[in-house]
Amino acid sequence: MPYKSSVPLFWRLKDAKYSLVGTKCITCNQVFFPPADFCPQCRRKGKIEKFQFSGNGEVVSYTVIRVAPEGFEKYVPYVVAIIQLDEGTRISGQIIGDINKVEIEKRVKSVFRRITEDNDQGLIHYGIKFEIVD
Amino acid sequence: MRRVAVIGAGYTKFGEHWNKSLRQLSTEAGALALEDAKLEGKDIQALYIGNMSSGHFIGQEHVAALAADQSGLTPIPATRVEAACASSALAFRQAVLSIMSGKHDIVIAAGAEKMTDITGASALSTLMGAGDQEWESSIGLTFAGLYALMAQRHMKDYGTTREQMAMVSVNNHKNGSLNPLAQHPFEITVEKVLNSSLIADPLRLLDCSPITDGAAAVVLVSEELAKRFENPIWVLGSGQASDTLALHNRNSMTEMLSTKVAAKIAYGEAKLKPENIDVVEVHDCFSINEIIAIEDLGFCEKGQGGKFVEDNKIARDGERPVNTTGGLKSIGHPVGATGIRQIIDIVKQLRGTYGSLQINGAKTGLALNIGGSGATAAVHILGREY
Amino acid sequence: MVIGIVGYGAYVPKYRITIDEIAKVWGQDAQALRKGLLVEEKSVPAMDEDTITISVEAARNALLRAGIDPIKIGALYIGSESHPYAVKSSGTIVAQALGLSTNLMVADFEFACKAGTAAMQCCYGLVKAGEIEYGLAIGADTSQGRPGDALEYTAGAGGAAYIIGKDPLAELEGTFSYTTDTTDFWRRDGEKYPSHGARFSGHPGYFTHVLSASKGLMKKLSLKVEDFDYVVLHMPNGKFPTNACKLLGFPLEKLETSLVVKRMGNCYSGSSPVGLSAVLDVAKPGNRILMTSYGSGAGSDSFSFLVTDKILERQNKAPTTENYISKKENIDYGNYVKFRGKLKL
Repeated sequence: MPYKSSVPLFWRLKDAKYSLVGTKCITCNQVFFPPADFCPQCRRKGKIEKFQFSGNGEVVSYTVIRVAPEGFEKYVPYVVAIIQLDEGTRISGQIIGDINKVEIEKRVKSVFRRITEDNDQGLIHYGIKFEIVD
Repeated sequence: MRRVAVIGAGYTKFGEHWNKSLRQLSTEAGALALEDAKLEGKDIQALYIGNMSSGHFIGQEHVAALAADQSGLTPIPATRVEAACASSALAFRQAVLSIMSGKHDIVIAAGAEKMTDITGASALSTLMGAGDQEWESSIGLTFAGLYALMAQRHMKDYGTTREQMAMVSVNNHKNGSLNPLAQHPFEITVEKVLNSSLIADPLRLLDCSPITDGAAAVVLVSEELAKRFENPIWVLGSGQASDTLALHNRNSMTEMLSTKVAAKIAYGEAKLKPENIDVVEVHDCFSINEIIAIEDLGFCEKGQGGKFVEDNKIARDGERPVNTTGGLKSIGHPVGATGIRQIIDIVKQLRGTYGSLQINGAKTGLALNIGGSGATAAVHILGREY
Repeated sequence: MVIGIVGYGAYVPKYRITIDEIAKVWGQDAQALRKGLLVEEKSVPAMDEDTITISVEAARNALLRAGIDPIKIGALYIGSESHPYAVKSSGTIVAQALGLSTNLMVADFEFACKAGTAAMQCCYGLVKAGEIEYGLAIGADTSQGRPGDALEYTAGAGGAAYIIGKDPLAELEGTFSYTTDTTDFWRRDGEKYPSHGARFSGHPGYFTHVLSASKGLMKKLSLKVEDFDYVVLHMPNGKFPTNACKLLGFPLEKLETSLVVKRMGNCYSGSSPVGLSAVLDVAKPGNRILMTSYGSGAGSDSFSFLVTDKILERQNKAPTTENYISKKENIDYGNYVKFRGKLKL
């Protein structure tokens, strides 16, 4: 991610980034997160609507990032996982808390956190992370 | 459609070229390829160059024209091809297609990347441009992280061990110790890999290919012209496929559909099967990826890649020699140059004149170049005969 | 028309650092500090937590308890001393994350540690005037304290959110404020840590304002000490509210439930709001609660709440304050320094 990120880019994505608002094709019932404007299966027959995900899901795989890209250096070590959302589809997200408690197949729920900052003068980016449900 | 052959090939020393810029490296590689082909610059009709991210790495775009300019090839058409770490295999493929189509007869395909002008953290961020910027990079993922996610799942699903992944690096370094152009031409041990620092669990420093400057170039000609050259190496098959940009959108994290599709096309065109391939170059950007690649290319069953490595079948004297000159791990990984570097190493093996690196009797070879976490795969099969 | 708290929710970050751990670094007598402050440990936000994230989590709990459509909320005011942006409203981000309406009054409030209760008063006024159906008031902070300063032992993090409207779980019977120009604690623009007048903060500051506002409220509503079952007072430490409680003539048992400061420190604008949420978690219909905040500079807002039957069906719809306070993980001073950004990378 560029150290000074785009204001419009993150503004455009805020529904999805803050509140897990994705989309659903009501023709085939497939859900999309990140939100898709186009159903790759139904193509022009698809009809896309907004869809709210609950934020509940399960860890499919995870890793502990020890060497971070720009903007994430101060957070190391942190966990990034692929989460299977209960409503269908998968996303990548950080898992907060004790890095030793994360395991494949553990249940998670979403929380609202800071994701990164551009720098002292720049934007603060907020969004969804996940927490292991005990 | 007419056949295409490689008649010139060369790559620069891979490493940290503090005193060379992208333009010097690409010119140097081009000169090596032309010299090897015994051709003059004026004979070249078109140039394709693979480059992933010169805009981020050195603030320079428009590098195809720059390469033509610096090597005195203007005004021929010069085209940059980008597919992250698979950029130059795709540049090679574009060159092949342009000759097959009859548009050109003699074409140079190159790949170049200058990665060390920026800091390590900046380089990591730049490389993440190969992933999904909005949904992977922006949450703090790195490329080591993406491959670590695959490794974790491969270990869970197939019992692949930490040691087996280390053995990939050990094999490649052993081979690379023979290669004077490698960035890290020395041997390592499993213990050394397992004791190196963690980068993204379970991957450690010595599971990861380094950040490298380097360039590679080949000269390709049409079937009619090839007969005038010594030892032409034939392009028997060229397969390319794509998959979702983000890893999380794939059904399987332990196989790359793009590799399987590209390999099927290439095997089909070459009329060869995995067991007919004598030397193999795979994209070991991270050790786990060599294991996944061996499986996806059909050299063993899915899930058996770790065992295949452990049984030493990938060794230079093994059943299926893989990365015989060091792979990305030991030679280095200048992202936009790697695809053509792999093809050059296959070409040199097939010529039978590779000196201490030679695998005796190699008649067919395969190179797999991967972009991102598998969103692009290109498989090329080359042969001494067709 | 009965107006009051329709839903409430607290959030406290899970990390804690003990007084002993801080005292060890500065060579101070931990036991004397614990006794003097009546604080054992304080909450520490994770690196990715701030007033905005705390507000979102607290407000989600408040929405769970209120059970209302978030679209019906007409105003959002967040009181804090640690708004992440100096210019750019915290409220806009919180509203977006909660999915509130765009027809929404929003402003960020600052009045040292009482900006959260000021936000509650504004929402109350707007609902009472019929301008809005529901108002969301939040007090939250990731409190600052200079390393080695007395404040470092108590400056914690947390917050609570209150949805004000009709059909409440606790009726807001009335409110009374007492404000003067008394500079006992301040932070200049651009400065990272606040300064304070040490012992001056006590009598001319805290006690004068808390006592005047509390007494003023009781007089205004014609209520006596005996009419209240619980007292919630701003908690810069454990000692001040305990002494103020005695001075007001309340038995200490009435303060005990709200005295969350012992286990989480002072979360500034969130302090008395979190104390109130701890009381609401256990309150029964008919209970009356006195809450008085204190903001340096200085002012106090006093409130009287009468708990209704609705409390029973809403109390358990979200995690309690105690859930957050007891779900903790202690960290050492090294991690504390890292988490709070006191390390320059």
